Amino acid sequence: MPRIVLVVLAALAVCIVATSCGGSSSSSSGAGGEKSKLTLAAYSTPREVYEELIPKFQATDEGKGVTFEQSYGGSGEQSRAVEAGLETDVVAFSLAPDVDKLVDAGLVANDWASDEFDGMVSRSVVVLAVRKGNPDHIRGWEDLVRDGVDVITANPFTSGGARWNVMAAYGAAEKRGESSEESVEYLRRLFHNVSVQDKSARDSLQTFLGGKGDVLLAYENEALTAQANGEDLDYVVPDETILIENPIAVTNDGGPTAQAFVDFARTTAAQRVFAEKGYRSIRPDLVDAERYPTPQSLFTIGDLGGWPDVQERFFDRESGIMADIQREVGAPLDD
Amino acid sequence: MGRLALRVFALGYLAALLLIPLGLVVFRAFEEGPGEAWEAVTTPDALHAFWLTILIAAIAVPANTVFGVLCALAVVRRRFRGHGLVNGIVDLPLALSPVVVGLALFLVYARGGWFGQTLLDNGMQVIFALPGMVLATIFVSLPFVVREVVPVLREIGDEQEQAAATLGASSWQTFWRITLPAIRWGVAYGVVLTTARALGEFGAVAVVSGRIAGKTETLTLFVNERFERFDLVGAYAASLVLALMAIATLAATTLVRKGEHT
Amino acid sequence: MTSAAASARRPLTRKSAGGGLSVGIATGYLSLIVLLPLAALVVRSAEDGADAFWNAITDPQAVAALETTLVWSLVVVAINAGAGTVIAWVLVRDDFRGKAIVNAVIDLPFALPTIVAGLTLLTLYGPKSPIGVNAAYTTVGLALALLFVTLPFVVRTVQPVLLELDRDMEEAAASLGANSLQTFRRIVFPNLFPAILSGVALSFARAVGEFGAVVLISGNIPYKTEVASVYIFGQIESDNVTGAAAVSVVLLAISLLALMGIGAVRRYATRHDG
Repeated sequence: MPRIVLVVLAALAVCIVATSCGGSSSSSSGAGGEKSKLTLAAYSTPREVYEELIPKFQATDEGKGVTFEQSYGGSGEQSRAVEAGLETDVVAFSLAPDVDKLVDAGLVANDWASDEFDGMVSRSVVVLAVRKGNPDHIRGWEDLVRDGVDVITANPFTSGGARWNVMAAYGAAEKRGESSEESVEYLRRLFHNVSVQDKSARDSLQTFLGGKGDVLLAYENEALTAQANGEDLDYVVPDETILIENPIAVTNDGGPTAQAFVDFARTTAAQRVFAEKGYRSIRPDLVDAERYPTPQSLFTIGDLGGWPDVQERFFDRESGIMADIQREVGAPLDD
Repeated sequence: MGRLALRVFALGYLAALLLIPLGLVVFRAFEEGPGEAWEAVTTPDALHAFWLTILIAAIAVPANTVFGVLCALAVVRRRFRGHGLVNGIVDLPLALSPVVVGLALFLVYARGGWFGQTLLDNGMQVIFALPGMVLATIFVSLPFVVREVVPVLREIGDEQEQAAATLGASSWQTFWRITLPAIRWGVAYGVVLTTARALGEFGAVAVVSGRIAGKTETLTLFVNERFERFDLVGAYAASLVLALMAIATLAATTLVRKGEHT
Repeated sequence: MTSAAASARRPLTRKSAGGGLSVGIATGYLSLIVLLPLAALVVRSAEDGADAFWNAITDPQAVAALETTLVWSLVVVAINAGAGTVIAWVLVRDDFRGKAIVNAVIDLPFALPTIVAGLTLLTLYGPKSPIGVNAAYTTVGLALALLFVTLPFVVRTVQPVLLELDRDMEEAAASLGANSLQTFRRIVFPNLFPAILSGVALSFARAVGEFGAVVLISGNIPYKTEVASVYIFGQIESDNVTGAAAVSVVLLAISLLALMGIGAVRRYATRHDG
């Protein structure tokens, strides 16, 4: 009895060891070595962009003969995956804190953001997506706290990208002249009108497109992508909104080729692709003012104190402002 | 008449919950024509997802079958101390949430987990690669062969095996000639259930896969990804493929049941 | 699932030479595959101290998620007890064209991937429903998803018992003037009860852990339609691994209790057998 069993088990063990060794040998050649394969871990939205950028890069000198492995998912999820061992050369996330997490883990150099573009590769703004024709006449943030308005947003605790939504709402209130207490009060009233909080931005877009809610807090590029896919929605660029900036960085495992790809993503040719697909380019001359109107009061996360400070004040799980609001909104007595 | 009422209720319940929704998926998959549906499931990524799913099952199912038979033998025939506990642990994957399974595997094999750093230092990629996905699939499909073989072993008793031993047969001969034929329908049924479970796993694999397109995306993950990218035809078509695989395993189940009763 | 077999237990009188190895391999495999990860889970949940563990499991949202899970799993298994018995009854006692197909289809939710199940239900009962029924983002949607995945359990445990049931007693009762309801209540049901209970316990174990089918249709609204597995997922996503592990341990304990329940029911059901 033991013999065949042992043979099977041994074969199984060999199988598993072989696949696990084989899987990594092709991508690890030490930092700084020439690579013929690059692994990109990105958040899900710019997938269509990178699928176009990669062949373009492969047509350049630096990109010749380079094969790509691509992984897309929620920004926070991807950041966590890289932290947990997903071997990557280039990371492209929705917001800077997801890259900073990797700096803390020793996987990305801490000067990743010190180039002329501050480490960013694309931009967008938070907009208010509405039904086609804007039947509820939504014009700005104040309309969202009206009675009976049903707001959809992703959950800021599971979707890093949804934090842009929250900070846009908060910052917009401050820009309108409200004090910081009043702005927090605005957030509270806003979230009382939120009926569903999906776990990711893409999920919340699906929810809205599925017929739920009157307004969706979204990124402009998401709204444009949906429209390009024939979905029935319009969007309003509010007078006050936040400038979303998406980072890109090379990991410590990535070599010169990875850096070449990141540099390529910032070239005019590449940025044109971003612009086509609904993003605001980091090159101001490529931002078509008609398609991408400049809001009256555009502000950045820096204007609100920068991400580290904001993360602590608003998104600390225990004591953050949003944690309080979530608890209050979810109170069982509420209906 | 009471009989008719019961029949109407039963069929109505099944139709509303099961048949009509499935029919709708089929309809939607072909809504833009069979050509579109076919194209959606024959893209390189889709094909890779299909073969990856099969590969994972091809590793997980034999492993769990061998384990299942051994474990059933150990629990029923050997009655060693702690066999009740083993029985209980074997059943655990049936009740565990796949998210919990994924998290648990993460805590062992990811960087920062128990073995994570050691594995990575030695160039072994477990999590976010095939081995991790195989481990997750083995975990969730573990119980079935054991659960199907144990009652059969109990029912048939070991007199024949004892008789063979007194006649001088070695334990391997006894197993191969007496025990295995007697439990073959239990094993077969267990294999079918294990395969169905392995092909359809989503939650646990989602957590440990890394979602590398064309490399670590199974067919179930592919459905999810298509759905998220507004490619409804792709999502429904791939779902249809999975449903067909499920129906194939069901057909295998029926065959096994028929064989059992002949 | 095969019928509950009468256990023909005999005292072990002979050692098999390869037997020791089988025990070793079985326990080794089990330890590597199941115990090791679960141990890591338990250890991780306690790593930040008892306080952190307690805070994590008494977090209002966590408690709400566990409550939602338990309440709706119970509701669903109660429905299954009734509907499943009726379906088993119809499949065994009734006859109609296409019965064999219906019988085969019952196992479909078991074989179908959960994500496909969720997508399937969303198609018919979600926002793009052709019949205008939109149960998405509600507890009804949640219940539908759970009913779908637990459909086979009660049916498949009751069917074999019904098949084996001796009709003589029912006929005797009928001839003594009992109507069908009385016959069912007094004669049939007591015999079916252990099987129904067994199916209920299996359904419950399945329902409390469900993720794939639920995550698409229920909207995962905290405090309303968020179940424990989705809450855990959310905690992982927000970097609260300790909290996720702690609530996972609670869910694990619930699963263990459900399994012990199944075991107890099995023993109760076979207590009169040989």
